Amino acid sequence: MDYENIKIGIVQLIKKAETELPNDVIIALKQAYKIEEGVAKTQIDAILKNIDLAKKTKRPMCQDTGIQTFFIEVGIKSPHINKVKDLIIDSVKKATKEIPLRPNTVDPFTHENHKDNTGDHIPYITWDYIEGSDILITVLPKGGGSENMSRLGMLKPGVGIEGVKDFVIEEIIKAGGNPCPPTIVGVGIGGGADLALKLGKKSLLRPVGNRHKDKNIASIEEELIKRINDSGIGPMGLGGKTTVLDVHIEKAHRHPASLPVGIAVQCWANRRAKMVIHSNGKWEVK
Amino acid sequence: MEYHLKLPTDAENIKKLKIGDILYVTGNIFTARDETHHMMLEKKVSTLPFDPSKMALYHCGPLMKKTNGKWQVVSAGPTTSSRMEIFEDRFIEKFGIQVIIGKGGMGEKTEIALKEHCAVYTAYTGGAGALAADKIEEVSAVFWLEELGMPEAAWIFKVKDFGPLVVAMDSHGKSIYKEIKK
Repeated sequence: MDYENIKIGIVQLIKKAETELPNDVIIALKQAYKIEEGVAKTQIDAILKNIDLAKKTKRPMCQDTGIQTFFIEVGIKSPHINKVKDLIIDSVKKATKEIPLRPNTVDPFTHENHKDNTGDHIPYITWDYIEGSDILITVLPKGGGSENMSRLGMLKPGVGIEGVKDFVIEEIIKAGGNPCPPTIVGVGIGGGADLALKLGKKSLLRPVGNRHKDKNIASIEEELIKRINDSGIGPMGLGGKTTVLDVHIEKAHRHPASLPVGIAVQCWANRRAKMVIHSNGKWEVK
Repeated sequence: MEYHLKLPTDAENIKKLKIGDILYVTGNIFTARDETHHMMLEKKVSTLPFDPSKMALYHCGPLMKKTNGKWQVVSAGPTTSSRMEIFEDRFIEKFGIQVIIGKGGMGEKTEIALKEHCAVYTAYTGGAGALAADKIEEVSAVFWLEELGMPEAAWIFKVKDFGPLVVAMDSHGKSIYKEIKK
């Protein structure tokens, strides 16, 4: 098996995410450009020009190339199951040199930069198992500025969904210009503390503009978008109509005593890309 | 109003700048994030390998590439300024900073220091790293690269018409971020 070729594919996957924004995000940003004025419009204008330039010159759109975060669905009949993790780690090292990526993995005790974007538990991989023999990989390079605005609320169940809404709105308004708005906000409700945050982050993979399939949850997403945008924080916190491009909610059943709410914040650079690795080793980046 | 400023400049020019103005700077800028702020505050001004009072302070951890022994900027947008709030009032005072470039805004301590020492905080569009890189003409030097790593090191850039920067906190005690919260 030509594993070197699969590594080339994974590097290409990361490069695509770092240099080209998905169309759904660009459409939402263009819509924001239409409705904004003054300073807010100059910010969206710079963002759109930057996206164009990055794509044309095949350069990372943001200097913070993030922590490489992967969501992997492994076909249980894939002959590469035992190799995928090592292939991903090797490819992240290779991508760091070739694209290049900013070395972003620092030891919390020694402050030492690992220099290749790997380290303890990093790249961060979430595994899931599916039927068949294909391996589906989604990469979400996650920047630090937006990640720092993540929040966990262990609310009292008595506050209900209204309390959840207030918590999310309050925290996103408090975040102000820090996470590089307009942002995409992922909200995980229920489960335990870790699951709520995980669901929030996973919901960032859903394309901008797509609503939750449950109509009631979809209408809460719409309400949150409106109420946050009414705050006037605007692009980069400099004032304007667009603070969020979207809000995505995912839920899990909760313990009777708990109402965990995990907020994952993603900057406008909602970088994500997908690939598939077939059993014969052939791959496609989508 | 739109202004084009050559660095270093004088207090008169800084005083002209009001929140909401657009600014372009030409001259030298140095990058400093958490670690460099911390390190520089511990050092004596006379022992520094460069003169920060002659440059703009850029909150930035750039993505750099070395080709044929020469550093090149790949992507270099601003980093979140609020992390530097714990250092910035002392930093402005100690090093005579006139122009800060960052994103997301800063707090009250910085606001007071800007007024006291006649300086401004300006915002560059967060995430616009490729666009910013193209405004950098030259990488003049880098300090503390080995100890601090690429994002945290102090990079000295020569820039021409770097911007558009939004004057977000001026030397008269006004802050765009505060106005919006009202």
